[in-house]
Amino acid sequence: MSNVPADLRYTKDHEWIRLDADGTATIGITDHAQAALGDVTFVDLPKAGKIFAHGDVFGTVESVKAASDLYSPVACEILEANGALNNAPDLVNREPYTCAWMIRVKVTNPAELAALLDAAGYSAVL
Amino acid sequence: MPETLARTPLYALHVELGARLVPFAGWEMPVQYTGIIEEHLAVRRTAGLFDVSHMGEARVRGADAATFLDGIMTNEMASIRIGTARYTVMCQPDGGCVDDLIVYRLAETEFLICLNASNAPKDIAWMRSLIGKAKVEIIDECNDWAQLALQGPLAEQILATLTSLPLATLKRFAFVIGEVAGAAGCIVSRTGYTGSPGFEIYLPSTSADKVARALLAAGRPLGLIPTGLGARDSLRLEAHYPLYGHEISERISPIQAGLGWTVKFAKPAFVGREALARQAEGGPPSSVILFSLDDRRIARQGAAIFAGEISVGEVLSGTLSPLLNKPIGTALVAAGYAGSADLCVDIRGHRIPLHIATAPFVK
Repeated sequence: MSNVPADLRYTKDHEWIRLDADGTATIGITDHAQAALGDVTFVDLPKAGKIFAHGDVFGTVESVKAASDLYSPVACEILEANGALNNAPDLVNREPYTCAWMIRVKVTNPAELAALLDAAGYSAVL
Repeated sequence: MPETLARTPLYALHVELGARLVPFAGWEMPVQYTGIIEEHLAVRRTAGLFDVSHMGEARVRGADAATFLDGIMTNEMASIRIGTARYTVMCQPDGGCVDDLIVYRLAETEFLICLNASNAPKDIAWMRSLIGKAKVEIIDECNDWAQLALQGPLAEQILATLTSLPLATLKRFAFVIGEVAGAAGCIVSRTGYTGSPGFEIYLPSTSADKVARALLAAGRPLGLIPTGLGARDSLRLEAHYPLYGHEISERISPIQAGLGWTVKFAKPAFVGREALARQAEGGPPSSVILFSLDDRRIARQGAAIFAGEISVGEVLSGTLSPLLNKPIGTALVAAGYAGSADLCVDIRGHRIPLHIATAPFVK
């Protein structure tokens, strides 16, 4: 069974979102997603300052088997991408919820947060 | 109509080992157990055990077996010595490939042919359609045989603990028949599809589970792990071995695929000879290249190849080479561009320069 931490929010596209008190959020892919992808070999992430609408493709995660798009779970502006993944994309397989966070963002439309799944809701779609 | 997937005799073992099972060529096959990269590197450094029981087998026997095969295969068949095998292509009249195969000579008038899983029924029907008046019979043995591939530098050491067959003196593309782990009637062949040393073992389906478990038990302490079709694909691509449907197909001839060495024009007649001779003399319209990228993005099947702004071909296979730790692949490019120094591949809008390889990435 895949790991679904209780303190995160999720999308049906297998991304997780950690909401911070200052209105920023951190986004990555779930344990289920990394297991389905297999060995991750490359993560293509946007530069700081880029703006995405809810559902936009913000990057690509690539494994030996396939390349998969990453979808922005909420409208946001990129504050920072995780540079550690350039040299160690396999962190996504090993630490999907911690070291392998992908982007830190400013949430530009907080109303969208209500539509995200909680851990129980995400577990139900797995 | 929902497709019913076939299962190999090792299905229960795959489930026990935690394999990820996927549909492949009509079979439910393990794509990986622990991870493609780890499995790939085990084959290069120690050993891996593949279930390749989905592969097909046909026995060809009769007084005219050798001459019949010489008439339908591109390589020489009559000169194969008993106890050895040869790689060959079987072509259509237009030079396109029906399949690529390994032909084992069991006796003067008896051969066993290993067929690609997805092509096995087509191959057998094709061969039977060409029998004419030849004194030969073609027996479909796809369900009788299981196949294991034990590949890697420690393969011989591991296998030697389970058989008294003379492995040390067995040359590449030679085989012996006998007992492995108590199972009689196994064909042990020094062949493989990985670019690492090793063996392919044809064994009665009923013995497969027992032999596979014995091999894993004997090999685990030395680093042997079960390996899936994902690693098989990245291993064969490093070794630049063609995969049917990618580097060779009904539209890509052996001449285009760089397999001209398997086409023996000295033979007076074989299916496809005239078309292949025209390609060999005049140059084929396109040919297969092997490449690597200095990037992390993998160029996958179908990605377009450009020379400047001109589209000159497409990627046939692509993966990450765990050995080089960079993407590698093959592409079909138009005549005149196969040696070009400035080809690029388009990966999701990024133009990445190709480095054409002149030799496989493993020897």
